[in-house]
Amino acid sequence: MSLSPIALRVGPWSLRLAPRGLLVCLGLLATGFAVSVLALSTGEVAVPVPDVVAAIFGRGSPMAELIVAELRAPRLVTGLAVGAAFGLSGAIFQSLTRNPLGSPDFIGFTAGASTGGILAVVLGGTAWQIAGGSLLGCVLSAALVYGVAHRRGVSGYRLVLVGVGAHALLLAVDSYLLTSANLHDAANAGAWLTGSLSGRGWDHAVPVALALAVLAPLCAGLSRPLRMMETGDDAAGAVGIRVERVRAAAVAAGVLLCGVATAAAGPVMFVALAAPQLARRLTRAGGVALTASALTGAVLLTAADLLAQRLIAPAQLPVGVVTAALGGVYLALLLGREHR
Amino acid sequence: MTVPSTLGPPATAPPRRRSAALGAGLLAALAVLLAVATLSVVYGARSVPLGTVVEALTSPGASPDHTVVRELRVPRTLLGLGVGAALGLSGALMQSLTRNPLADPGLLGVNQGAALGVTVAMFALGLTNPALYVWFAFAGAALAAAAVYALGSAGRSGASPVRLALAGVALGMACTAACQALLRMDPQVFDRMRFWLTGSLSAQTSGVLAALAPFLVAGLALGLSLARPLNALALGDEAGRALGAAVGRTRALTAVAITLLCGSATALAGPLWFVGLAVPQAVRALVGPDQRWVLPYSALLAPVLLLGADVAGRLVARPGEVQVGIMCAVLGAPVFMVLARRRRLAAL
Repeated sequence: MSLSPIALRVGPWSLRLAPRGLLVCLGLLATGFAVSVLALSTGEVAVPVPDVVAAIFGRGSPMAELIVAELRAPRLVTGLAVGAAFGLSGAIFQSLTRNPLGSPDFIGFTAGASTGGILAVVLGGTAWQIAGGSLLGCVLSAALVYGVAHRRGVSGYRLVLVGVGAHALLLAVDSYLLTSANLHDAANAGAWLTGSLSGRGWDHAVPVALALAVLAPLCAGLSRPLRMMETGDDAAGAVGIRVERVRAAAVAAGVLLCGVATAAAGPVMFVALAAPQLARRLTRAGGVALTASALTGAVLLTAADLLAQRLIAPAQLPVGVVTAALGGVYLALLLGREHR
Repeated sequence: MTVPSTLGPPATAPPRRRSAALGAGLLAALAVLLAVATLSVVYGARSVPLGTVVEALTSPGASPDHTVVRELRVPRTLLGLGVGAALGLSGALMQSLTRNPLADPGLLGVNQGAALGVTVAMFALGLTNPALYVWFAFAGAALAAAAVYALGSAGRSGASPVRLALAGVALGMACTAACQALLRMDPQVFDRMRFWLTGSLSAQTSGVLAALAPFLVAGLALGLSLARPLNALALGDEAGRALGAAVGRTRALTAVAITLLCGSATALAGPLWFVGLAVPQAVRALVGPDQRWVLPYSALLAPVLLLGADVAGRLVARPGEVQVGIMCAVLGAPVFMVLARRRRLAAL
C-alpha cells in the first residue's frame, strides 16, 4: 500500500499528515475498543453489552455493577494505561538512543523499579510503599545509568552497554533478594515480579492514568524535536532545537512513565521494547512514532491480559508471559516479512 | 584510561614485541585460571587444606575430606572450567561472526532456544538424564541460531547488528515465554527445572560432565581454529574472499562451533548470560581486534570470572551458597559498566 504523506497548507502554516500513520492509529483505537468490550463483557460471568453500558453509567443491576465497575473496569483501565505508558517510555528511549535495545526493560530502568518494589515487598511494605519503592528504584537506576554513561554527552551505544551491565547487576540483586527472603515474602515478590494485572483495583488504575494524562501531552510536544534529533544532535541544533533541554525533558518523562507503570503492574516484560518496534513497522514511519507506540502498547497489554485470563482457564498465566509470546512472535513475523 | 604497558597496544610498537607481550599475557591468564581453579577445589562450606587435596587426588582414601574433594569439588571445578570457556569462546565467536558488539548467546536467543529444547524434552518425554536431553539442547540452540540469523539477515541491508539483536531478543523472549508456560502446566518439571533455569554449577555429577565433555572439547577446538578466517571476514565478505577465506564455510563452521558450545554449556549449567557478553568485550579492550588473541583470551578469562564468582558465592553465604549466575553479575557488571564508559567497546 503506498500512501504518501500529504502536506496541508493554509497561509503561513503547514501540517504534514501521513495517512498511513492516521489509519494505523484509527485501527489500533478500534482494536483497543473491541478488546475492551470483550474484556468487560466476557469472563466467568458473561455480562451482555447493553448491561455493561448501563453498569458503567451506574444504572445496571448491583451484580453487573460489581462485576463490571469494581472488578473488570479497573483491571482494564490499568492495562490500557500501563501498556500506553510502557509503549511511550520505550519509544522515547529508543528514539534517544537510536537503538531498539535502548528500551527501558533492557537498560536497567525496569529492573531498577523491580528491585525497589521487591525490597519494599520483602520489608513488608503496603501497596503504596511498594509502588513508591519501584518508582524510586526506577529513578535511581536511571540516574546511575546516565551518570556512568555520561561523558561529554550520552552516546547511544555507550548508554545501552552501561545499561545492560546495570540490568544484569539489578537482576542479580533481585534473585538474591528472592532466594534470601522467607518463603512467604519470596512468593509475594515472585508473583509481583512476573508482572500481572490480576486483582488491580481503582487505587492502582487512577495514579497511572493520572500520570499518563499529565505526561502524554508533554510527550506529544516532544515528538517533533525528538524526531529531528534522530538525525543527529548537530543537525537538530542547526534547525533551532534546544537539544539538551529536549533530552532532559524526554528522559524525565520516560523514566517517570516507566516507573509509574511498573509500580502499578510490576515489571511486565517486553511491552516497552516491542510496542515501538511494532508501531514503527505498522506505520512504516521513518523514526519512532510516539502516538502509535502508546496505542500499540495499550492494545498489546490488554489483549495479552485477556488471553492470559482465558487461555488455560480457570488457571491464569502471568500477563508478562503472554506479552512476550505475542510480541515476540509478531515481531519475528514482521522482521521476516521484510524479506524482500 | 592508561593500560599497563605490557598489555597496551601502542600502534607504533614493533609487531614482534607486541605478540611477545600478548603471549606472556596469555600465560599469565592461564596462571590466574589455575590459581582460581585451586581456590575452587580448596574453599567451600568445608575448607580442605591444600595438602589433603593433593593427597586425595594422588592416594585416595575414605576420609570425608577426600570424598568431598573427589566427588564434589573436582567435578564442580571442571564443570566451571568447561562451561566458562564455552561461554566466553562462543560469545567471542558470535560477536565476530555477526560483527555485533552486543552479540551474546543469551541476547541472541541461542541459550533460550537450548533451554526450550531441554524443557520440551523433560515435559514431553520425561527425560532427566542430561546425556540424553543434551541432544534437545543442541537442536534448540541450532534452530534458534538459524532462525535468528535468517530473520536478522533478511532484507536489503543484509545482517545489520541492530536487526540481528532485535530478532534475537524477540525469539529469545518467545522461547522463554513458551518455557514458562510449559513449566506452569507441570509442577514436577517446574521443581526439577527451578535451579537449572537460574544457572548453577552445583547440580551436575561427574558422569554427566564426562558424557558432555567430547562436545565441549570439539566445540573449543573448532572455535579456536577459526581465528584466521574470521580475521579475514572482519574486513567484509568481499575483502575476506579476496584474502582467500572461504566465506560460506567459515560462517557454517562458526555456527557449528557456537551451537556445540552453547548447547553443551546450557545443558550443563542452565541458561547463563552476561559471561559471554562481557568477557569478550573486556578482552577486546585489552588486546585489540585480532581474533587470534581475542578467542584464546576469552576462552581463558571467562572461566576465571565464572569460577571466581562460584568460589565467592560459596564463601559469602557459608554454609549455604549464592548461585553462580548471581555472583557473576555482581562481580562482573560494575567492571563492565566502567569499561563501557571508558573504552570504545562498540568498535569491533
